[in-house]
Amino acid sequence: MAELLGMPPQLFFGQLLLGLINGAFYAMLSLGLAIIFGMLQIVNFAHGATYMVGAFGAWMLMNYLGIGFWPALILTPLIVALLGVILERLVLKHLYDLDHLYGMLATFGLALIIEGLFRQAYGISGLPYEIPTQLQGGTNLGFMFLPNYRAFVVLMSIILCFGTWYLIERTKMGMYLRATTENRELVRAFGIKVPRLITATFALGVGLAAFAGVMAAPIYQVNPLMGNNLIIVIFAVVVIGGMGSILGATLAGYLVGLVEGLTKAYYPEASSTVVFILMIIVLIVRPSGLFGKEQ
Amino acid sequence: MPDTLLKVRNLNAWYGESYILHDLNFDVHRGEVVTLLGRNGAGKTTTLKTIMGMLKQHTGSVTFAEKEMLNLTSDEVARSGIVLCPEERGIFSSLSVEENLLLPPVLQAGGMTIHEIYELFPILKERAASRGTHLSGGEQQMLAIARILRTGATLLLLDEPTEGLAPVIIEQIGSILSEIKKRGFTILLVEQNFYFASSIADRHYVIEEGHVIDEIKNTELEQNTEKLKNYLGI
Ligand SMILES: Nc1ncnc2c1ncn2[C@@H]1O[C@H](COP(=O)(O)OP(=O)(O)O)[C@@H](O)[C@H]1O
Ligand SMILES: [Mg+2]
Repeated sequence: MAELLGMPPQLFFGQLLLGLINGAFYAMLSLGLAIIFGMLQIVNFAHGATYMVGAFGAWMLMNYLGIGFWPALILTPLIVALLGVILERLVLKHLYDLDHLYGMLATFGLALIIEGLFRQAYGISGLPYEIPTQLQGGTNLGFMFLPNYRAFVVLMSIILCFGTWYLIERTKMGMYLRATTENRELVRAFGIKVPRLITATFALGVGLAAFAGVMAAPIYQVNPLMGNNLIIVIFAVVVIGGMGSILGATLAGYLVGLVEGLTKAYYPEASSTVVFILMIIVLIVRPSGLFGKEQ
Repeated sequence: MPDTLLKVRNLNAWYGESYILHDLNFDVHRGEVVTLLGRNGAGKTTTLKTIMGMLKQHTGSVTFAEKEMLNLTSDEVARSGIVLCPEERGIFSSLSVEENLLLPPVLQAGGMTIHEIYELFPILKERAASRGTHLSGGEQQMLAIARILRTGATLLLLDEPTEGLAPVIIEQIGSILSEIKKRGFTILLVEQNFYFASSIADRHYVIEEGHVIDEIKNTELEQNTEKLKNYLGI
């Protein structure tokens, strides 16, 4: 098997793996974005910044407190979720009764502020973060070399996405979330403390983004703009998957990652635009997205 | 002296600039079925929503079991023991029939068990795994009524439960409401179908353009039929 689909298998699988890794991050991020949109009706432009803060959180814990990757993987999302609670209570809750546009502008502004602060403090050259020792090295699969950490990322992403899907589709908390997404007033009139549920959902969404950020720290450079570069692709992913669909957001994340990887292998010039081409095709053929409900 | 569970006094309500409810006064006694009758747009739904704490602009007073409700949020009103079955039924399409049934939390002791509910509504047990909105209109209305019986709320606000349903289904709903009444629930029922209302209610209030314009005991309905038809435009 010297050639595969017109190129050396090493290259082909290498790009496929790269696509899969990117897809793993897209899925984790679009998931949180979809959940937040469903409950808060806010298109959270600060989601990328949150992801960046997650990566910086891990870096800061390591460099200032000597706390390593594994504890950071738990601690950072918790801290960021807590900050999310404060943000939601202080700022976002005032926007729910207003037009979507206000939520978009407010979170866009927030993203600029957060990214600006980190740029001011750390510059934009990017900071290194070590792969945890247990996951250094890799496995030779014969047709390609698989770095252990990257395999771990894909595995964790799948577990996380499945866990979130389970939470929403199969638990009582998820039942409340789904119902609130449909008819907030009525759910509240049944005696459920909807504002608290909304705060919890936002905390969950930003916690997911921070978790992805920690996972990203050893792969990509820890950089104030790392989320900025990603957020537009993530929005495209959510549109492709279908606004508000958890399953759609997850699967579209992987799909987009893989399509990007393959494009990089065959026609690298288009690799950064192929997402948007895909998005436009989906919008033409199925405006509500691959898994969205027809309106 | 009857035991007055719900007292509405000088209730006014607005949607933005539009002044909808004008100085409403009425009572519901414990164990009674009371209807609000009136034409479309009279303000019946608005009255229920205001009692439920779902509207922001209001003045006056609504006391339930001696407690003021008017400045509570809707979840607090629910936890005080009032529950609403909304006009549009509010069945959740992303929830199964059973999930729809289990959604309203049990807030007080004394509600019906899921077993008792399935006995009263066998169709819901059969369709438990279906999506809520895959039921027929009549079945959805059954589900909307059934799910509020678990909560332990003692006052049920039912907004036009017979709207758009076939006579045979309306009859079923009537016998279910009679059964519910027997179990001691108090019901404030909004209706336009006054034949249906007269089959289960104790008293009727007639609402017109946001005013209570008359009160009629069900026992005195015969003498007042012409007047009532006139009010309702039928
Ligand atoms: N959300 C709303 N915003 C503004 N006006 C409303 C709203 N809902 C109802 N109204 C108006 O309030 C009046 C009473 O409506 P409603 O209480 O729904 O009447 P009913 O239930 O008796 O048919 C109507 O004139 C209606 O147009
Ligand atoms: Mg109405």
